[in-house]
Amino acid sequence: MSDSKPHDPNQMTGAAMIVRALADHGVKHIFGYPGGAVLPIYDEIYQQSEVEHILVRHEQGAGHAAEGYARSTGLPGVVLVTSGPGATNMVTPLADALMDSIPLVCITGQVPTHLIGNDAFQECDTVGITRPCTKHNWLVRDVNDLAKVLHEAFYVATTGRPGPVVVDVPKDVQFATGTYHPPRKSDVHISYSPRVKGDANAIRKAVSLLAGAKKPIIYSGGGVINSGLAASKLLRELVEVTGFPITSTLMGLGAYPASGPNWLGMLGMHGTYEANMAMHDCDVMLCVGARFDDRITGRTDAFSPNSKKIHIDIDPSSINKNIRVDIPIIGDCGNVLGDILQVFKSEAKKPDTKDWWKTIATWRARNSLAYKTNNDVILPQYAIQRLFEATRGHDTYITTEVGQHQMWAAQFFGFEEPHRWMTSGGLGTMGYGLPAALGVQVAHPDSLVIDIGGDASVQMTMQEMSAAVQHELPIKIFILNNQYMGMVRQWQQLLHGNRLSHSYSEALPDFVKLAEAYGGVGFQCSKPGDLDGALQEMIKVKKPVLFDCRVAALENCFPMIPSGKAHNEMLLPLEANDEATAAAFAGGKALV
Amino acid sequence: MEQPASAYFMEERHDPNETHTLTVLVANEPGVLARVIGLFSGRGYNIESLTVSETESHKHVSRITIVTTGTPMVITQIKHQLDRMIPVHRVVDMTLTGRSIERELAMVKLRGTGEHRVEALRLAEAFRARVIDATIESFVFEITGNTGKINQFIDLMRPLGLVEISRTGVAAISRGPEGM
Repeated sequence: MSDSKPHDPNQMTGAAMIVRALADHGVKHIFGYPGGAVLPIYDEIYQQSEVEHILVRHEQGAGHAAEGYARSTGLPGVVLVTSGPGATNMVTPLADALMDSIPLVCITGQVPTHLIGNDAFQECDTVGITRPCTKHNWLVRDVNDLAKVLHEAFYVATTGRPGPVVVDVPKDVQFATGTYHPPRKSDVHISYSPRVKGDANAIRKAVSLLAGAKKPIIYSGGGVINSGLAASKLLRELVEVTGFPITSTLMGLGAYPASGPNWLGMLGMHGTYEANMAMHDCDVMLCVGARFDDRITGRTDAFSPNSKKIHIDIDPSSINKNIRVDIPIIGDCGNVLGDILQVFKSEAKKPDTKDWWKTIATWRARNSLAYKTNNDVILPQYAIQRLFEATRGHDTYITTEVGQHQMWAAQFFGFEEPHRWMTSGGLGTMGYGLPAALGVQVAHPDSLVIDIGGDASVQMTMQEMSAAVQHELPIKIFILNNQYMGMVRQWQQLLHGNRLSHSYSEALPDFVKLAEAYGGVGFQCSKPGDLDGALQEMIKVKKPVLFDCRVAALENCFPMIPSGKAHNEMLLPLEANDEATAAAFAGGKALV
Repeated sequence: MEQPASAYFMEERHDPNETHTLTVLVANEPGVLARVIGLFSGRGYNIESLTVSETESHKHVSRITIVTTGTPMVITQIKHQLDRMIPVHRVVDMTLTGRSIERELAMVKLRGTGEHRVEALRLAEAFRARVIDATIESFVFEITGNTGKINQFIDLMRPLGLVEISRTGVAAISRGPEGM
């Protein structure tokens, strides 16, 4: 080491490389929690201002916050956690992001390379533990590999079907000095090249099927959201050009506006009657960026028995996994939709679907989302409807926890734009919504961000209220409090002889005092007549809020396709008396 | 030398690496191979070669032969880690017994005509490799032997039009009348 040698700006420690790579990838915010094995990285973060660090209260909170951030912006969410418990606490968000195709880059500290395998303090086999719940992961043993791996991590997380990745960096690699290089093409495995453009032949065949359809339906999913704003625009244009009815999965809400004329509502287990019946009776189904999940299909051998199916997906393994399709098109939703539109416009004309719309109107007339109104207690459906009305005119983002309130939110909150709806669909993670809201608020500091929660879910990650207060993130936690794990209770009522085993929370915190204890603001409302006023007050508050909305305790979520039944065997709300319910659930136990 | 501030920075002792062949008898149940491989990747051990096949189907026992490298301490640790896995019946260090036979099978594809072809056949005979497929412009040789012999054969074939190699990895068994 002689002083006369010119200083190479690309020579730096591993820790510095990490922060530099984040900046090179345009990362403005990361979510994390320090610990022994990431201290060198935290030291680098301290000495710069390009990347802002949001300190959470539990690593799971960091993960879900990054998911919310990613889903509301279309950018990758970045997480930094320490080795051992830091990494294991990240497992739930990683699995969640994998299921819902959310791009996350998670950097974990690891014990120094020479201690790996020795059961060192705060050591765990991070790469082994996270292998099944990431799209890919790396353990970096040499500081000179670090830049390449970090760039590849961003590429893998954000391209193709997006997903979470983990880069595990031992502490000695963080201290070691090596050569950094900016992102370049050769950083990526040559074995990884996701297909973006759809096969022209398949697209032509798809268009001729669509053009000849008498009873068509478009079934869109989260892939359209992931593909970017252009994909949602193209989807809307396709609906307009074809005049087809459209439904969507939970993950796809907002790609087509809920106020649009062709919207049938969400489909699936708690979807609308018209959406599910149209799926069952259609003759041509166009599935865009969805994966025929079991909550969507119900009984697979009775799923849409008489239709020709077109499936657009960027992930070849999604094709023919659950449902056999006639025309698979592997490619990016936006790209393929663009091609389909172009061919359709030049070669086909709008099919006549008048009769089909008439049939749909009769299904719609069943009013499958109806509920009995009540002047004394707040019904959860009413609460969501009023919340939706109260937020009109605001720049609103909604996150949810998991359970009945999540389904009611999906049914009764109208989403007009993509990226406005953050929910844990595939994994169904209770505790997702509060930290996700935190992440959304970081990305959109001036917007109205509301977590629609349940009293049980929200307590799983309640500690992040403290993070919200610290970072002045005015998230609104709107709790539909029925004192039950409502969805668990609903299944116990329907399938387990009404034996309500451990689904009642005997003790709940006083949410108003809890909010105040954290330094936020608490509201409580139990009268339908007071709700609108209280909601207006909540929206005005520029601090984190816990809103304890006391709702009817025993309300259940309908309509419902009992698990393992077909789309045309729905149980409707006003018809769900004891006899109909018993009949619907007769013939065995639901498996999931 | 300055004393490191934390145990994290104590340097590893660098004893020379040794290569050992381990035979592992395991219950043939789903996921058992993943457990064994996960142990190696999770704890940072090396795998030079790994072969696995059911050997006693009536007892549902599979035999895994692993060639690994590491310091004597690491090799001992690998054996202990393998032995404490629930589906592992036995771990035997074939290298320590000093009485083991190791064999590997390779299939080697060559493409060429004229002089190269003749030379390849001549060498194959010297190595007791058999021709198991032939066209007018190619051969596939089958060769068995220890790893060194196969490496040597492949090196000799390289300039003669080597196209492709498929190797089984090492299988090992002890000499003498006793079973393990």
